[in-house]
Amino acid sequence: MPRPMTLGEKILARAAGVKSVSPGDIVLAKLDLCLGNDITAPLAIQAFYQNGGRKVFHRGKVALVPDHFTPNKDIKSAEQAKILRDFAREQKLVHYWDQGEVGVEHALLPEQGVVVPGDLIIGADSHTCTYGALAAFSTGVGSTDLGAAMLTGKAWFKVPPTIKLVFKGRRPADVTGKDLILLAIGRLGVEGANYRALEITGPAIDRLSMEGRLTMSNMAIEAGAKTGIIPPDDITRAYVEARAQRKPRYYLSDPGAEYERVEVFDVTGMEPVVALPHLPSNVVPVSKAKNVVIDQAVIGSCTNGRIEDLRAAAKILKGKRVSPRVRTIIIPATPLVFRQALKEGLMDIFMAAGCIISPPTCGPCLGGHMGILAQGERAVATTNRNFVGRMGHTGSEVYLASPAVAAASAIKGRLALPKEVRGSNWKVGVKK
Amino acid sequence: MIIKGKVHIFGDDVNTDEIIPARYLNTSDPKELAAHVMEDADPAFSARVKPGDIIVAGKNFGCGSSREHAPIAIKAAGVACVVAESFARIFYRNAFNIGLTIMECAVEAENGQVLRMDTATGKITNLALRREYAAKPIPAFMQELIAAGGLMEYVRKGMMK
Ligand code: SF4
Repeated sequence: MPRPMTLGEKILARAAGVKSVSPGDIVLAKLDLCLGNDITAPLAIQAFYQNGGRKVFHRGKVALVPDHFTPNKDIKSAEQAKILRDFAREQKLVHYWDQGEVGVEHALLPEQGVVVPGDLIIGADSHTCTYGALAAFSTGVGSTDLGAAMLTGKAWFKVPPTIKLVFKGRRPADVTGKDLILLAIGRLGVEGANYRALEITGPAIDRLSMEGRLTMSNMAIEAGAKTGIIPPDDITRAYVEARAQRKPRYYLSDPGAEYERVEVFDVTGMEPVVALPHLPSNVVPVSKAKNVVIDQAVIGSCTNGRIEDLRAAAKILKGKRVSPRVRTIIIPATPLVFRQALKEGLMDIFMAAGCIISPPTCGPCLGGHMGILAQGERAVATTNRNFVGRMGHTGSEVYLASPAVAAASAIKGRLALPKEVRGSNWKVGVKK
Repeated sequence: MIIKGKVHIFGDDVNTDEIIPARYLNTSDPKELAAHVMEDADPAFSARVKPGDIIVAGKNFGCGSSREHAPIAIKAAGVACVVAESFARIFYRNAFNIGLTIMECAVEAENGQVLRMDTATGKITNLALRREYAAKPIPAFMQELIAAGGLMEYVRKGMMK
């Protein structure tokens, strides 16, 4: 009998060309995709050329996304982006998007069907773990790994032990994927899953939309995890079949697969939560933080910049005005999300409410541009990190929450629950 | 390799935004990055650090983004080694890939004390306290990477099969 494996182990074994792998094994594996952005790819491209690189191993398996400082914020960032553009043209890369088509990488790649279930992916960006929502083994690395991958099509992996997260119970309507993953990070701690894979399961996940799942896998890294995989089901298939550019491979964990431990979360009766500065693990119910006055609200990023997120925010903001003291920035994560939001009239709702609409970009999420905080200012953001200085001055603060909470807070001028600004029969984050 | 150097102390969860803030990520020039190293954790650090010095930190050093600019900035500032109780996964990987020496170990030290470390055996001595510590051994594969001179050299030498 072969060793029962988790679905992540199966993907690693398949890509390494071996029958089975166990935690602790170091394997050299073939990649289905490698990815870089305008911050990390220039270093990788430099390493590629310095080591005699002439052609990438496969022009359809290298993706470059200049999203962080797009549209270029200054001369230096324009030059970094130009390195990507020149390289993409020279190498005739299939997966390269420039301004007008570019969006935040981890929203763009799943949406475009470039990543599919069963893939083994590395990306020179820590949130590459996002594609775990599509049942891919996908992890963040540095630029040198990307450079080597562009040359060889391979990367080395230490097979991680897996922690299984089980979300059970009935998820209240106001509780989103963001709240669930924050809850888990709060319990695990920011290094609780370091060197480990997460497998995210349970009845509350079975009923979660793909958008909500992408949000959850996105933040696996915030607990230190290498990847955050969600087993494929009908929701996965429906999402993938509508867009996949390649043939997906659906793996499931074997009965008897080995888990380092299992963490169970009962979400029945759970309240929306917020992560207080300066760690994503400082998680408390929003109701305990209602006295926090804010200066800015940011709704966007690879965590929560998808159409469902904008719908959730628009439901709260419809017919209302944001507090005059809160700069509210809406950032659709991709051009497609932007167009869809326009079609559905969401942008009109946002503008009538007094929001600012940004083009798709990482922008303020990493303190790049388009909404930087001054000393002493506070922002509620749907992003994924609230480290010191993440959105601007080291004396500023970031509070992480769901789009509905961010929108409600923008109206109130302080951290607020969605139910404070509307009747209780609204449904947020539930698939239509 | 034997490293002997003066200690700079940092706490737990030092993240890559503190090591090299995103406002400087519009460049990948090591010298420019080194000028801002650790700026959001300790703004005076880049002026104070001397070649051969050692950073000693707590748990989860280098958490956050995958930016290789973080270990590059530390290396370009002349830091000989980072010793931390634990490292975040991507930082750990990047440090080996670019050739920044790191050791996983909880050591007691204060700013300015001198550590002596043997990277081959993992033995670390705090010369002021006259105390010895044993760092976690480095996996065989990663020793091969270091011996090859980093990941790119490993690839160039055709060892990535
Ligand atoms: S949106 Fe934020 S977290 Fe996501 S890739 Fe961009 S900078 Fe990174």
